[in-house]
Amino acid sequence: MLERDISEALQQQVHNAVVNGTPLKIEGGNTKAFLGREIHGEILDVSGHRGIVEHDPRELVLTARSGTPLKEIEAALAEAGQMLAFEPPHFGDNATLGGTIACGLSGPRRSFCGSARDFVLGCKLINGKGEILRFGGQVIKNVAGYDVSRLMVGAYGTLGVLLEISLKVLPRPAASHTLIQECTQAEAISKMSRLLSQPVPVDAACYHAGHCYLRLSGSEQAVKHAHEHLGGEVIEKSEPFWHALREHHLPFFGAAKPLYRIMIKPAMPPLEIAGEWLLDWGGAQRWLVSDEPIAFIRERVAKVGGHVTQFRGSEHNGEIFQPLATPLLVIHQRLKSSLDPHGIFNRGRIYANL
Amino acid sequence: MPVLEDGLPCNHGAHEDLIRKLRKLLPPEAVLTDKEDLRPFECDGLSVYRRLPLVVALPETIAQVQDIMRLCHALQVPVVARGAGTGLSGGALPLSDGVLLSLAKFKRILHIDPENAIATLQPGVRNLAISEAAAAYGLYYAPDPSSQIACTIGGNVAENSGGVHCLKYGLTVHNILMLKVVTMDGELLTIGAETLDSPGYDLLALMAGSEGMLAVIVEVTVKLLAKPERAQVLLAAFDDVFKAGEAVGAIIAAGIIPAGLEMMDKVAIQAAEDYAHAGYPRDAEAILLCELDGTNAEVSEHIMEVREILHQSGATEVRTAVNEAERQLFWKGRKSAFPAVGRISPDYYCMDGTIPRRQLPHVLRQISLWSEEYGLPVANVFHAGDGNLHPLILFDANKDGELARTEEFGQRILQLCVEVGGSITGEHGVGMEKINQMCIQFKTAELSQFHAVKAAFDPAGLLNPGKAVPTLQRCAEFGAMHVHHGQLPHAELERF
Ligand SMILES: Cc1cc2nc3c(=O)[nH]c(=O)nc-3n(C[C@H](O)[C@H](O)[C@H](O)COP(=O)(O)OP(=O)(O)OC[C@H]3O[C@@H](n4cnc5c(N)ncnc54)[C@H](O)[C@@H]3O)c2cc1C
Repeated sequence: MLERDISEALQQQVHNAVVNGTPLKIEGGNTKAFLGREIHGEILDVSGHRGIVEHDPRELVLTARSGTPLKEIEAALAEAGQMLAFEPPHFGDNATLGGTIACGLSGPRRSFCGSARDFVLGCKLINGKGEILRFGGQVIKNVAGYDVSRLMVGAYGTLGVLLEISLKVLPRPAASHTLIQECTQAEAISKMSRLLSQPVPVDAACYHAGHCYLRLSGSEQAVKHAHEHLGGEVIEKSEPFWHALREHHLPFFGAAKPLYRIMIKPAMPPLEIAGEWLLDWGGAQRWLVSDEPIAFIRERVAKVGGHVTQFRGSEHNGEIFQPLATPLLVIHQRLKSSLDPHGIFNRGRIYANL
Repeated sequence: MPVLEDGLPCNHGAHEDLIRKLRKLLPPEAVLTDKEDLRPFECDGLSVYRRLPLVVALPETIAQVQDIMRLCHALQVPVVARGAGTGLSGGALPLSDGVLLSLAKFKRILHIDPENAIATLQPGVRNLAISEAAAAYGLYYAPDPSSQIACTIGGNVAENSGGVHCLKYGLTVHNILMLKVVTMDGELLTIGAETLDSPGYDLLALMAGSEGMLAVIVEVTVKLLAKPERAQVLLAAFDDVFKAGEAVGAIIAAGIIPAGLEMMDKVAIQAAEDYAHAGYPRDAEAILLCELDGTNAEVSEHIMEVREILHQSGATEVRTAVNEAERQLFWKGRKSAFPAVGRISPDYYCMDGTIPRRQLPHVLRQISLWSEEYGLPVANVFHAGDGNLHPLILFDANKDGELARTEEFGQRILQLCVEVGGSITGEHGVGMEKINQMCIQFKTAELSQFHAVKAAFDPAGLLNPGKAVPTLQRCAEFGAMHVHHGQLPHAELERF
């Protein structure tokens, strides 16, 4: 395990960029380059800034440098019987903690256990003035000052360079079973949304290729009883399925057509947009492979209160993320300049004018 | 009452103008200016700070809130939002030259959507009312501050409130999806969405705990959870506080996340027992309340494990609530700890620091040393699972100098929390009370960053000015004051 603190060098590069007005492109493992808008700039390579700074299993907190490979963190946690409960996708071998948090991506457990941002407790960052700042902390509760650390999650590096991140971590469930049942999309949606008002230990629910998959996790007894209650076939060795879902390795994701990520209320009946559908997060995150124009898809989804990200296979300088209402965009622009007054970080990664 | 009048005479004309214009926007009974009518708004739950507002406005529609904000923006008048006023850090303390904007009339539950397990609420809805309304669908709203019968969801969002169940179910920030807010210039924004993630920056996280400094919350959409099949609480008694602290770590190390894990020391146990008759062992040095919830099968399994751990950690007695009534009673004792302590002392001062749990023995030892040094008893109530301490310092405000000594003692506790890697506030917020301690927890550049974040929402600096984030000048002065102990902070405020 490589441990290195290069925050001074990173800070120096940010200082130089400020002085010379050079835009910077922050890179971790560069595994999520496909995601978001294409950007240009001098590369600020964070991947050398690595190492777990602190992990005391009894405190349920882990702090690591942003360039630490995600798999290294997951291995350390597994050794202590713990995990990142938001089950982050890696999208590549080199995924780093910083890139994961900057993109704010969460895996199948998200709708039942919380998202990347839910588990962030604090961070150390370089802002656009080249200052090293700390927000939040290494304790589970902390309401001193605005929650700038959670603001960094999903900001795609446009607000600052993450140096260190503290996360709440959780024990791994003692047992985990996956149930599979053949059904239509509509049946799967009502089945999955009914789980929201039932006290069952489900931590992942997905609809794929005519089947509903439910993952039960908890104590041995809890899982056994829930299985009896819910019915369905048990899949032996289900881990590869959830892994392939999380990492987009299922053949569904390999289609030549564009891939859209649709966020919607989970109980919403199937949307009538032509294409292939895969539903994760109990129906709250729906993946669509389709040739329909993005404007049409967005209009349909907006009608039912949802929004759309062009995840893969789209124009890299278009409106990848759902456009914001003007008054909200104004706040975004002001926030961007409050953290990055010279506009040097990942300019245009999320929106053209941000 | 020297404070109340300050600023008034010189601005008299401007103030009359403001009140006249407010009366045009709102019905007559929704604009209060008589001293007697203003009195109930002079403080929040931290009553050591009091001040009468210039005027109280009680709108009942979002459009009225927007009108009030536009007017105040145009006239450059500061605004302080207020929910139920149960805050414990002076966050809703009014300004003598400002408008106190009460959201008390926004009491409606707008919509409960059981299929998607969400509820949409006006900001003045009481926390407990949400769970009461959701119960019909087998659902509830998880964050449960002890003040839940009174405090509002708007105030909960503004303070990012927690409760005894937040180790497992999170704080307010983890349980909200969407907000409608009105900014200082009267703009109505929708933040977040009814969906799990929303586009753009995570402004929802920024709003949670923003203490009324960024925007006025006028609608809240929360997540609801399925009521667990079973919840069971264990009560363990210890003859030593530190053994109880060890037991907490041991439970978590065993891979169990209790729904609630609370600790009380002897002073708190006895006060709570006298008040609530919860059946607590009066002779114990500490008790732990450990609630396990989930499916029937899981709870049974975990109870056995936890009992074993508690015994191994040296518990002198372990009891399991035999029925729901006893479970409620165990919790009643804990949830009424503050009022209970209020009965054994003329006044008490509630601290809210957080620490890494492993620091508990060190911090408790230091607090008891200081307790002797200051001659002020302390009752400790502790959200043990998540490291949130509530030492209650017992004092008598009528005794000369005792409040000042209490505050100094409290400040030393908070400073210690920061030194051991914790925070000056876990759930009650900074408000007016801990504004100086912010100078200890954050560097100048960090405080400047906070001010810049505020300016992105409120460039004119008119929303709840002077709270939550200290000016750099204030920190410089505090630094100087800090050297000369014994001075009274906030000398400008009236005290009881
Ligand atoms: C006995 C007792 C027990 C308590 N126990 C707990 C506990 O267990 N956990 C916990 O976290 N807290 C606890 N508290 C503290 C308090 O109840 C919470 O902070 C609560 O969330 C405050 O809600 P409120 O409606 O009373 O807000 P207020 O006190 O009226 O306001 C609090 C802050 O929020 C702002 N605000 C209020 N409404 C709005 C709005 N609509 N828009 C924008 N800003 C707004 C105000 O400006 C102020 O800064 C306790 C308090 C008491 C008195």
